[in-house]
Amino acid sequence: MTQADQRLAEFEATLQANAPQLIESLQQGRFDEAAQMFNELNQARNQGLYQEVGKLTRELHNAIVKLEMDTCATGGDPSPITDATDRLSYVVAMTEKAANRTMDLVEESAPLVNYVSYEAQSLTADWQRFMRREMNAEQFRELVRRIDQYLQRSMNDGSQLSQNLSEIMLAQDFQDLTGQVIKRVTRLITELESNLVNLVAMAGQVDRVAGIQHDRDAMRAEQEKKKQEKEPSNGEGPQMHADIREDVVSGQDDVDDLLSSLGF
Amino acid sequence: MKILIVDDFSTMRRIIKNLLRDLGFTNTAEADDGTTALPMLKSGSFDFLVTDWNMPGMSGIDLLRHVRADERLKHLPVLMVTAEAKRDQIIEAAQAGVNGYVVKPFTAQVLKEKIEKIFERVNG
Repeated sequence: MTQADQRLAEFEATLQANAPQLIESLQQGRFDEAAQMFNELNQARNQGLYQEVGKLTRELHNAIVKLEMDTCATGGDPSPITDATDRLSYVVAMTEKAANRTMDLVEESAPLVNYVSYEAQSLTADWQRFMRREMNAEQFRELVRRIDQYLQRSMNDGSQLSQNLSEIMLAQDFQDLTGQVIKRVTRLITELESNLVNLVAMAGQVDRVAGIQHDRDAMRAEQEKKKQEKEPSNGEGPQMHADIREDVVSGQDDVDDLLSSLGF
Repeated sequence: MKILIVDDFSTMRRIIKNLLRDLGFTNTAEADDGTTALPMLKSGSFDFLVTDWNMPGMSGIDLLRHVRADERLKHLPVLMVTAEAKRDQIIEAAQAGVNGYVVKPFTAQVLKEKIEKIFERVNG
């Protein structure tokens, strides 16, 4: 049992212990005595309440300091949240840069490959003519010249292509850097979540001492309703659990089936 | 054939532009949001619209609705290319008058098929 639970238990025990005496005083008409007991019980309850609220406030303050949110408010270093946001923007920028770089290299390489294959086809046709002895000396000299040129270019282009492929490989280095950044942000979010859960637990203690009951289900339903009303056609982005969710399609084939089943 | 490509991510616009070029469609323009796309459509004599769903200003589905509601644009063929894969959304797009729906990630083959299918229907 945590210290907090123990304190609550003691408080509740006090209430229980004094209840029979209180009832008896009332039944016997000793109202002064009863009033006195009410006061004492009330004081015990108030003290318990103040203690719990005090704890909650202290923890909230600690959480704020921990997340360095107050320094942000006074214009100090950026808070971890701002930091996380900046880092994620960095991820977007890096991945965009890597994608564009890769595409640039592919676009540069495509013509080189096309030339090699196109020219080889054309040379083959002429080579076949030579093999069938359908070529005169003049034409043969021309063929030799072209083959020479082709060999030269393929050599150069080949080496350029190799280089491009290497650079494409290197351009994928963003994954390591962005991966690290994302892991940091995940850690921050997890820590934040656990801090919030802590605060909620403490608020729960306060409620218990004060005897307040929140209708959690009603609150949750209210939130859901608000979410639905706000943006019904707002998307969810790429799906990660399409295979187990039933309201989501698992691929283009599913999309096609769905649309044709509706007559589209 | 003038095609407008709308997506808030420039890399995706580039990919689609390249794929269209490989299919022989070299006359393309780009917009990064429904809000910038709509005026372009209204004044630009485009023959085909390829659009994403999620965009910060005006979404693809809203762009589609505006297009279908415009007297001059209502017959413009529209292909949605998007990561949105909820059944409800696909149905919503179909009911709003989309001509084709491609989910990301997609292949060049799929894009080609869907575009050809749309033009078959339009010309048929």
